[in-house]
Amino acid sequence: MNKSSDKSKKPILNRRGFVQWSSVVGGSLLFSPVFEAYGSKSTRLIKKRSSVVGKGEAGDQGPAPTIIRTACPGHNCGGRCVLKVHVSGGQIVRIEGDDRPHDGIDDPQLRACIRGRGYRKRQYSPDRLKYPLKRTGKRGEGKFERISWDEAYDILYREISRVREKYGNSAIYVPYGTGSYNNLNGRWPVARLMNLIGGSLGFYNSYSWACINIATPYVYGTLSTGNQRQDWVNSKYIIMWGWNPAEMRDGTNSEFFIKKARENGARVVCIDPRLSMSAIALADEWIPIRPGTDAAMMSAMAYVMIKEDLVDKDFIKKACVGFDRSQMPEGYEDEESYSDYILGTRDGTPKTPEWAEKITRVPAETIARIAREYATSGPAVLYQGYGMQRRAYGEQVVIAGAVLAAITGNVGISGGWASGLANQVGGAPFWTVFPTGSNPVRASIPVFLWTEAIIRGKEMTAEEHGLRGVRQLDNDIKLIWNVASNILINQHSNTNRTADILRDESKVEFIAVQDNFLTSSAMFADLVLPVCTQFEMWGVSDGWKYGEEVIVMPKVVDPPFETKSDYRIAADMAERFGVYDRFTEGGRDEKDWCEWIIDNVYRRRRFPDMPSFSEMVESNRAVYVRKVNKPLVAFEAFRKDPEANPLSTPSGKIELFSSRLHRMNRPDEIPAVPKYIEEWESPFGPEASSYPLQAIGHHYMSRVHSTHDNNEWTMEAYPQLLFINPKDAEERGLHDEQMVKVWNDRGAIIIPCKITRKIMPGVVNIPQGAWYKPDRDGDDRGGNVNTLTSERWTPLAKGNPQHTIMVQVERSSKR
Amino acid sequence: MSKLAFYVDTTACSGCKACQVACNDKNDLWPGISWRRVYEVEVGEWKERDGVITEKPAGYYISMSCNHCENPECLKSCPSKALFQTLDGLVLVNPDLCIGCFYCEWSCPYGALNFDFNTGIMSKCDACEDLLFIGKNPACVDACPMRVLKFGNFREMANEFGEITQIFPLPDYSMTRPGILLKPHDASKGAVDDNAGVNNTQNYRQ
Repeated sequence: MNKSSDKSKKPILNRRGFVQWSSVVGGSLLFSPVFEAYGSKSTRLIKKRSSVVGKGEAGDQGPAPTIIRTACPGHNCGGRCVLKVHVSGGQIVRIEGDDRPHDGIDDPQLRACIRGRGYRKRQYSPDRLKYPLKRTGKRGEGKFERISWDEAYDILYREISRVREKYGNSAIYVPYGTGSYNNLNGRWPVARLMNLIGGSLGFYNSYSWACINIATPYVYGTLSTGNQRQDWVNSKYIIMWGWNPAEMRDGTNSEFFIKKARENGARVVCIDPRLSMSAIALADEWIPIRPGTDAAMMSAMAYVMIKEDLVDKDFIKKACVGFDRSQMPEGYEDEESYSDYILGTRDGTPKTPEWAEKITRVPAETIARIAREYATSGPAVLYQGYGMQRRAYGEQVVIAGAVLAAITGNVGISGGWASGLANQVGGAPFWTVFPTGSNPVRASIPVFLWTEAIIRGKEMTAEEHGLRGVRQLDNDIKLIWNVASNILINQHSNTNRTADILRDESKVEFIAVQDNFLTSSAMFADLVLPVCTQFEMWGVSDGWKYGEEVIVMPKVVDPPFETKSDYRIAADMAERFGVYDRFTEGGRDEKDWCEWIIDNVYRRRRFPDMPSFSEMVESNRAVYVRKVNKPLVAFEAFRKDPEANPLSTPSGKIELFSSRLHRMNRPDEIPAVPKYIEEWESPFGPEASSYPLQAIGHHYMSRVHSTHDNNEWTMEAYPQLLFINPKDAEERGLHDEQMVKVWNDRGAIIIPCKITRKIMPGVVNIPQGAWYKPDRDGDDRGGNVNTLTSERWTPLAKGNPQHTIMVQVERSSKR
Repeated sequence: MSKLAFYVDTTACSGCKACQVACNDKNDLWPGISWRRVYEVEVGEWKERDGVITEKPAGYYISMSCNHCENPECLKSCPSKALFQTLDGLVLVNPDLCIGCFYCEWSCPYGALNFDFNTGIMSKCDACEDLLFIGKNPACVDACPMRVLKFGNFREMANEFGEITQIFPLPDYSMTRPGILLKPHDASKGAVDDNAGVNNTQNYRQ
């Protein structure tokens, strides 16, 4: 229990006010309109003055709290929710959810989950960083001393200048980081500063959806393949394939919209190795599937559809290429078409449900039934979750799913769904609009390959490593300025390898980390800068993939101790580099930028009817929403007339066969039609004899990635555990809550196990995001799944395959 | 006597525990104390034939706080009369009289009472009666992202949603006549001790 929340916690006797309770027992009688509404004519309850009443209702514990509406501090979950924050005596004393009276499907309340509701335990954690720190021990050892901001800025200025001079700006890297999303906290201000002083090594893509991001356009030529979510109520059949919106919150209210679709008569099927929260709460049927084999089931579904003539022939003829021999693109007439692959014309293996059954563990008759239901139920949604594309051949499952949507004609219609990344059509949210400027360093690397850029940056190539902008890098990475990111250690694959790379000071010569806490990444810093939370500064929050809203985030309380916003730190550094005026555009602070963002970006480019920034602030409404009464449908015009409205694929049509992929000439790993490819680490390979269990690391309710791992309330609700099936536990003689060792060649974790029927046999689940805490033997006691994951990248997207791992589990003698 | 009750639609409860944490926040509960808890129930077995899954389990969640029973066991067991019932049927603790003897915590079949070691007094859900008084719902109800939790008059809600008060593994309704109404999840049909169980009781002090 921390000191600051000690203060805010009032003694129960005081709070209850026993004088009042004496009168309760004594029997004074009052009438309450509320209780009458509940059917009670009288109540003995006394009206109590309480901290929850708010402004205007003086309480007996000092001044009434002020209520400020804001957004839940965004940490890159899929939700963006509204919070009502009660502030008393400069402290947040309570956090309420959205209370806008209207809660219809056109504009439902943006209700926060435990990560927002429990934020006080993060905000007032005793572990918050308070002062700048300088490393004193070896790198990674975690020994630091307090220094002044002046000294910290001097060090950072000196190191950046030195590296720029010695190597050039391309040796500086500001990594991918998603720990803060309010435009002015996060890596963007630092990116802007770097771009003003010569740039830094760029990156592209993300850890969230590398494969779906790269693969979707090969089919559709765009990432905007999603209808607005309100359209789901028009669907008759919804497949949530590896998708768990209730837990990861893929857009606030996505789970609520699925519930509404079900109430409207849609049948919902969930395909997932886990009996997830969404499988329980949203699905009529759950189908467990072996991880990494989804493309096999999709192929078998296509087999049934083709054999039983359930495909939408008119749509295929009109809108697709590559379905069969009759419609191969010019110059590729003799290549293997989609039907060729499915029917086994060339490879001799028809992709029958019986073939898929052995791979996926899903009974053949179930696969056939789902194929029939999906193809014939009416407009149907096949929603692709992102977990199954963070795998060895994640590109294949993305394309295979999108192709199923296309051949069943579910593209461009209300109630249908094109699959793929499915950014909302008609303009997705902007995410971050704070202008970072353009990067004078033209080189960029796939985000997942930054450790390669440290150890062999100059050897990286376009073909093998996805290097863009240049033919060769001038430098390896020599300086890392890591802002609001735990990618440095925790969230990147193969943590022990990353730690070894970072410990070597001859490789990366200087590491600065900005964060709220001494995270596992900050442990590897030479310089740690303390940052305030998003309640302690002005910001603007936007939707994620979906949403028709923008939320203004006023400064709710003052930054404690010596913490500053990421923007302020970058502005102070800009002063040292002599670019303060250009960086701040003439002295703007965080609030001025928010005003600029609302008035010059949102009101001009997205929401012309939105009130001005000052009106938004004065009215304390925080959120502006454009109601969705007639949801937009992706590809509507294309479907109506594909010739007049071609897609931006080479053929202008939906490409079941991609000539671009074919030209890459790597058919085994990057086929031109979507295929099931056995993963490089799987139950079918020789590695299974030593490491027989598949391990996945799902997004956990208690955290947003690694944020909230130290939140007592969220971690109490969802503790970090290894989830294992009773059968696998029995074979190993495990009992519930026992400490187990989970390991493979890359590392080991010591963690308590939870024996549960919610995970399929042969698979264990270690929720991702727990902080890496190696003990003396190098075993990770934090339970970070990345101790076990592989740094090998996917063939096409060069993305992270972090769920493709095999492990062994046994009892641990450690406690 | 009128009676207040919670209604939980378990068919669409996602077990996200927003209700539990909203309660923690509203009532400033120490970690270790949960006035509202979400039980994770698992039903059925895994069966396979040649590696192919032929049968799989199901599950559902029960979000539950104090049910403010009509015949509360806790109240009967309290030797100091610290527990009392309002005319609306809320069961509350008078901290002035509580001697911290634990009898109520032991006797409640729902595990609703939580001894607060920091104050030395028994603590429990008060249905946010301060919020009720100003016309609001209990914090848990308005927190629910799935909108499956409600609070109101037992009889009125029974008329609207049906009078189902029983779901595995709750004790027999007649025991204490709890103020809880449920819409049972399909998975709960046929759930019995032999094939089902709660899998997260250790998250909560019982």
